[in-house]
Amino acid sequence: MTDNIKTDENVIKTNNIKFVQGNEACVEGALYAGINFFAGYPITPSTEIAELLSKRLPEKGGKFIQMEDEIASMCAIIGASLTGHKVMTATSGPGFSLKQEALGYACMAEIPCVVVDVQRGGPSTGNPTHVSQGDIYQARWGTHGDHAIIALTASNHQDVFEITVDAFNLAETYRTPVILLFDEVIGHMREKLVIPEQGKLPIVDRLRTSVKKGVDYHPYLPREDGRLPMSDFGGEHRYNVTGLFHDMWGFPSNNPKVVRELLHHLIDKIDNNAHAITRYKEHYLEGAEYVLISYGSSARSAIHLAKNRRERGEKVGVLELQSIWPFPEALVREKCANAKAVIVVEMNMGQVMKEVKACVDNPSKVFLANRIDNKLITPTNIKTLLRMIQGRGV
Amino acid sequence: MAIKDYIRQRYFPQMWCPGCGHGTILNALLRAVDELGLDKNSIVMTSGIGCSARISGYVDFHSLHTLHGRALAFATGVKLSKPELKLLVPMGDGDALAIGGNHFIHAARRNIDITAIIMNNRIYGMTGGQYSPLSGPGKKASTAPYTTIDNQFDVVNLSIAAGASFVARSTTYHVLECVDILKRAIQHKGFSVVEILSQCPTHYGRKNKEGDAVQMLEFQKKTTAKLGSKALENDPTLIPRGVFVDIDAPEYCEEYDKIMKRAMKETLQKEPLKNFGNQANQTCDMA
Repeated sequence: MTDNIKTDENVIKTNNIKFVQGNEACVEGALYAGINFFAGYPITPSTEIAELLSKRLPEKGGKFIQMEDEIASMCAIIGASLTGHKVMTATSGPGFSLKQEALGYACMAEIPCVVVDVQRGGPSTGNPTHVSQGDIYQARWGTHGDHAIIALTASNHQDVFEITVDAFNLAETYRTPVILLFDEVIGHMREKLVIPEQGKLPIVDRLRTSVKKGVDYHPYLPREDGRLPMSDFGGEHRYNVTGLFHDMWGFPSNNPKVVRELLHHLIDKIDNNAHAITRYKEHYLEGAEYVLISYGSSARSAIHLAKNRRERGEKVGVLELQSIWPFPEALVREKCANAKAVIVVEMNMGQVMKEVKACVDNPSKVFLANRIDNKLITPTNIKTLLRMIQGRGV
Repeated sequence: MAIKDYIRQRYFPQMWCPGCGHGTILNALLRAVDELGLDKNSIVMTSGIGCSARISGYVDFHSLHTLHGRALAFATGVKLSKPELKLLVPMGDGDALAIGGNHFIHAARRNIDITAIIMNNRIYGMTGGQYSPLSGPGKKASTAPYTTIDNQFDVVNLSIAAGASFVARSTTYHVLECVDILKRAIQHKGFSVVEILSQCPTHYGRKNKEGDAVQMLEFQKKTTAKLGSKALENDPTLIPRGVFVDIDAPEYCEEYDKIMKRAMKETLQKEPLKNFGNQANQTCDMA
């Protein structure tokens, strides 16, 4: 036997290494998390997610359906979640606008589901094949009324995979829609992905009620820990699900106390757990005088610049946000406390910058390095602003 | 079982106006379910928004009260993810064919095994009597003080054109006929549409001087006739009632099953050791 013959172990390992688009990494993450149902509608730059799942889901006994529009896709996954399945849909800006109605329904009726938005330029049809990060606020406030939402993001394909698994876990834990805010560069760029062995990443399965048949089951009565065990449609417990304000049986109510308590519950279950939902990464952040805050593909340029500056002895670091909503206020305040300046690097007109300004001690030290012209922001773009702030000329 | 065993008495009295036809439809539907001997746990009722949509709260099935016009889209997700369930989708005329028109024709096109019941009172009742796509021209409504100029859909023709494999029409006057037709529709494998002409004395009746509920019911009796009847032959302006289409056609969930079998077979040939049937693990709470 020669040394270069692969052992079985090595074969398995290389089988788990792929060279993929970000959209495919998202699909692999969803499958790892146990997705059983996907409904979607074609839209650039997210279509690969639907295409891949149309092949992969039936292979494992799952269902894929291409619906008549984005609205119907969002509705269909909510219906499928109620029968006990892990569900997802994927879209981009214009389709995300159409999904807002049913997204609000999922918030109100507390239906676990994952919604991917691979962001492209907007408003309106915008730039289908180019990058933007303009849907930050749409993810937060796109649907009407007070509500809380979870939105996650990632800057490389390994993280896309893991954050997708995380999205399914958070959806089940908090009985809520979770939004994955990727962008065109992440969705279409190809890079390495190593798929972990099953069991390596934690998976949260559907929490089902232990209430026995014939005993009154309260679908909307939270346990002490705030979680609401579910019962699958088709099971022993028949109950009502509605987008109206409802009581603990799920029946419509306009009783002021019921309305107030439900709205508080919907918001508190997420906002009070912001610390547990917050996901981030630090790059060269130790002792940084200049803190770059970024996320998604623009974080790649920020990280590149920070590395480059550190090599020259400048104290520049990156706080990479992987959860945007609920906004990690405490984290941002802490990490920016000693910074001479904070630069938010993003591809919109300053949506995250406004949130950062709102939570740091000195908003006047917060600057925006952005690009809104279809093109990925470059390290040089950020450097230009950094040097001005440093008083070193362009 | 008695009809009361199919309703959630906790939520009665219901919110429909006196004389409304929707309670009659609820009654006919529950009798149909009862006569078929269906297990309540196997039935999911999804509905949209409007007077008609409140029906889902009153029945002791799994019930999903959704968004205006979207009941069929939600129902499609429920049905495809768990095809052994029976899906009943009652909708109002505006709900089903204005805001929900696209979902309606596409559900029919797929021939997915769902029973759509259109409770047609030709008006938006809950919002105060605006005209609907089934009002037709020359009618008065709160948004048509000078009468409507919009033509109406013919639900039967629309459903047939869109691909529904069972299409029928009845009225709230003909309750026993309704029960019969609903039984056939629920048993039918594929997308079934039952249009039931209903009365809204509060808005449509009052604005169009059609009288009270009794007079409106009389009107349904006088202006409709059974398919194949002498009356219809003599007066083709009458609205036909009965079953217009009842055909065997490939059903969506069964066709998808075949796709799954093919996909699994192809994968098995490629990766014989792969384990299938990755159903979500059941976990129970500790309460």
